[in-house]
Amino acid sequence: MISKVLQPARELVEPKEKVTLINKDKLIKVVKFIGLGFLEPLVRIGVGEEPRKNALLIVKSTVFPVCSILLFLVLWHYGAAYLFNVEANIKIEAARAAQGEAAALAMKECIASGDLSCKPNVLPSPSEVYEAAVTLWQDHLAIMAKKVAFSEKVAETNASRQAQGLEMITYTGRPSFIDQIKTSILTVFAGFLLAMVLAVPAGVLMGLSTTLRTSFNWLIQILKPVSPVVWLLLVFMIVKTLIKDPSLDKSFIISFVSVGLCSMWATLVNTSLGVSSVDKDFVNVARVLKLGIGKNIRKIVLPFSFPYIFTGLRITISVAWMVLIAIELLAQSPGLGSFVWEEFQNGANDSNAKILVAMIVIGLIGFLLDRLMVMLQRLLVVSKSEAS
Amino acid sequence: MEQVTTKDFGQVNTWLLDQPTMLHCKDLTKVYPTPNGDYVVLESLQLEVRKSEFISIIGHSGCGKSTLLTMIAGLNVISGGKVMVDDDTVTESGPDRAVVFQSPSLLPWLTVLQNVMIGVNQVFPHATRAQKSDICHYYLDKVGLGSDTKKRAADLSQGMQQRVGIARAFALKPKVLLLDEPFGMLDSLTRGELQDVLLEVWHREKITAVMVTHDVDESIFLADRVIMMTSGPYAKIGDELVIPFERPRRRAEVLEHPEYYDYRGYLMNFLNH
Ligand SMILES: Nc1ncnc2c1ncn2[C@@H]1O[C@H](COP(=O)(O)OP(=O)(O)OP(=O)(O)O)[C@@H](O)[C@H]1O
Ligand SMILES: [Mg+2]
Repeated sequence: MISKVLQPARELVEPKEKVTLINKDKLIKVVKFIGLGFLEPLVRIGVGEEPRKNALLIVKSTVFPVCSILLFLVLWHYGAAYLFNVEANIKIEAARAAQGEAAALAMKECIASGDLSCKPNVLPSPSEVYEAAVTLWQDHLAIMAKKVAFSEKVAETNASRQAQGLEMITYTGRPSFIDQIKTSILTVFAGFLLAMVLAVPAGVLMGLSTTLRTSFNWLIQILKPVSPVVWLLLVFMIVKTLIKDPSLDKSFIISFVSVGLCSMWATLVNTSLGVSSVDKDFVNVARVLKLGIGKNIRKIVLPFSFPYIFTGLRITISVAWMVLIAIELLAQSPGLGSFVWEEFQNGANDSNAKILVAMIVIGLIGFLLDRLMVMLQRLLVVSKSEAS
Repeated sequence: MEQVTTKDFGQVNTWLLDQPTMLHCKDLTKVYPTPNGDYVVLESLQLEVRKSEFISIIGHSGCGKSTLLTMIAGLNVISGGKVMVDDDTVTESGPDRAVVFQSPSLLPWLTVLQNVMIGVNQVFPHATRAQKSDICHYYLDKVGLGSDTKKRAADLSQGMQQRVGIARAFALKPKVLLLDEPFGMLDSLTRGELQDVLLEVWHREKITAVMVTHDVDESIFLADRVIMMTSGPYAKIGDELVIPFERPRRRAEVLEHPEYYDYRGYLMNFLNH
């Protein structure tokens, strides 16, 4: 009764506000959707909604995280300076012990002058890392220019070769840092796809049948903790025998297959968990309606276990990315991992800084991949509820 | 225990005598194996329900009402005896025995319409899209959700969800409708509303219905006959009471009926002994 009496009054008030409300809510929805939920209070402040509360929210969600990053940079800077001094002193003392006071002084001056020949090899400072990043970018631009020049030069030859049915001449120079990143991302996606294609159907089957689940449980428990290194070797043994065709990129195949095999377990386990925990009521509904196995999977099992599967896939992609770097490093297949390894071997004066650039890029990409999965999940949930 | 038989009320639903038997439980027995040996829930239970009859089952908690209902539905293995629906022995679950569960158990990722449609698709695979849609809309209209068909099931209140549950069950055009405390989770106001909705839809279709309930008033208001189960283990049917009130029934009329409190007292008396 009460609600009926109140309702007309509410309807009178609402329309006035709605004009501004709709735009704001839409904007917030979009912002949240693309994973920038921390901007929500900014939007709310923009339309003048609860300025105090939202300002606090901004401080909490944006200012504090930025501060923590700054704090990290400061610590890094001073830490690097400290390590630099320690290493410099060791060098000076070594020179003094070996060749006497004059040599020690010369070493001190040499270090102070920043000369590369006597520069202590320590943790690079943030500014050095920034410089290394700039260098890598310029290097990339230079290589790009070379590539363009090369393709212009061989354009004619390639056209005639194509006409004769011969293979085209391709650029075989050193890949740039950006090329390495691209290769790594491509590999991680290939590995991830493989993991998904293997793990989701297998997980569904295992979830549906207790027999299958118990039969494979041990095997999975044993295989799951196996280190990426061992997977790589195993895949290497198999691929080596199976793939003789020289036109296939063996190192790419080995990397992505190993990545897929290492990372698929979370999805497999989560999918089978989700499928096996389908609510008893839903199982009964399916039984009363006599849904066939296909319909049961499509209409009940998969939608129910969707959140489980996605949690699994999120773990899988982050594991895949982590494992990929290690595998590239070991397998010497092109990518960020081998970039890091080569820089480490190479020992040029800015190698350490370049390794740190790679580290930051690896972290950022890992973070982005995770965001991507969250976005994909939202996209699928939205499109599913809007279908029909 | 003072045994009063239905004959004391002198009531028989005469119109039912012409109806064929729709549901027949013969010597129905249920044994659950437990670590401490077998637990016999039901033993040699006999129950006969005629076509178009609405019966309700009351009994103490844990006496085996849900067990009986799920065995009729084919969702629970029968340990002994048999269940026959329209002269066919029940061996598995199927849409000819629609169930309304205590929790609405709608598929939350589907819309209201899709929840009803999924069953209609199974039962009428050869109907055209328009025909199927008509069936769904007809029942959703009847339960008062005609304008909410596109809402997601998860966004509805419990009461609304149970309305969909009722529509979903009727849309299957089952031979027997099984309801296990369908309104047990609802507040009393909503429960009353849903009883009216159920009775109204049921009155048009006259589908043989078996409803388990804890609510004595509900059992009298809805049913042609109330079955009283003895407490377990070895539960069986202890007594039954014919409710001869005219249909269609109105709540106020039923409550004011001179014999209403006699029936109510009779049932309460059974439960309290
Ligand atoms: N799977 C099972 N295994 C063992 N015992 C069970 C199982 N299911 C039910 N029981 C037992 O069987 C008895 C009857 O259960 P049932 O759920 O049919 O009772 P009920 O009359 O529906 O009770 P309520 O009114 O509380 O819903 C209970 O004692 C219960 O503990
Ligand atoms: Mg029960």
